[in-house]
Amino acid sequence: MIEALAAICLLAGALFFFAGTLGLLRFPDVFTRLHALTKVDNLGLGLTVLGLALLAESAFAAAKLVLIWLVALVGSASAAYLIASAALGAGAKPWRRTGVAAKKDVAPERRADR
Amino acid sequence: MSDLQTLTLALAGFLVLNLAAGLWRILNGPTPADRMLAAQLFGTTGVAVLLLLAHAQDTPALRDGALVFALFGVLAAVAFVCRGAAEPHPDDEQ
Repeated sequence: MIEALAAICLLAGALFFFAGTLGLLRFPDVFTRLHALTKVDNLGLGLTVLGLALLAESAFAAAKLVLIWLVALVGSASAAYLIASAALGAGAKPWRRTGVAAKKDVAPERRADR
Repeated sequence: MSDLQTLTLALAGFLVLNLAAGLWRILNGPTPADRMLAAQLFGTTGVAVLLLLAHAQDTPALRDGALVFALFGVLAAVAFVCRGAAEPHPDDEQ
């Protein structure tokens, strides 16, 4: 029972990691990609940690896994803020739906949508 | 090797494939911040890969490696903000 639950958590975690990578590759600008990485990937990491904590050999090991997840959460929240403010300071324009065709780096990805 | 260990090993391999796909973003940018994001992907996904391998191989020491990955990911971002982000955005050069 526990093992089935753990397997489901691990598979769901891998699915969220896949969604995060997809977002990193497909989203139109640095800010939206930042969302894909720092939110979705950490949810995937959380589910992976939950699945592994269910299988852990002791309560101490499970607590350590959760602590690693918390460190990753705090770390990526800080990194997201720092990178976003650096990108804004360097002059990156947040993406707008109306301006899509004008941006060269976005156009090929939009065409691939059809 | 139990079924779950096989599953964790397979999932670790799947996450490594995700990392490889993220390399495309490093190659294509277009801004330095985008490339830094792909490096952040190595931070979070690398932690998950190490944790999965720790279970698959019964090597708890790999969890310490995962912790180091999580910490170095932040340090990399801070170093990037202090140095690399000062480069002008490509849109401004046109």
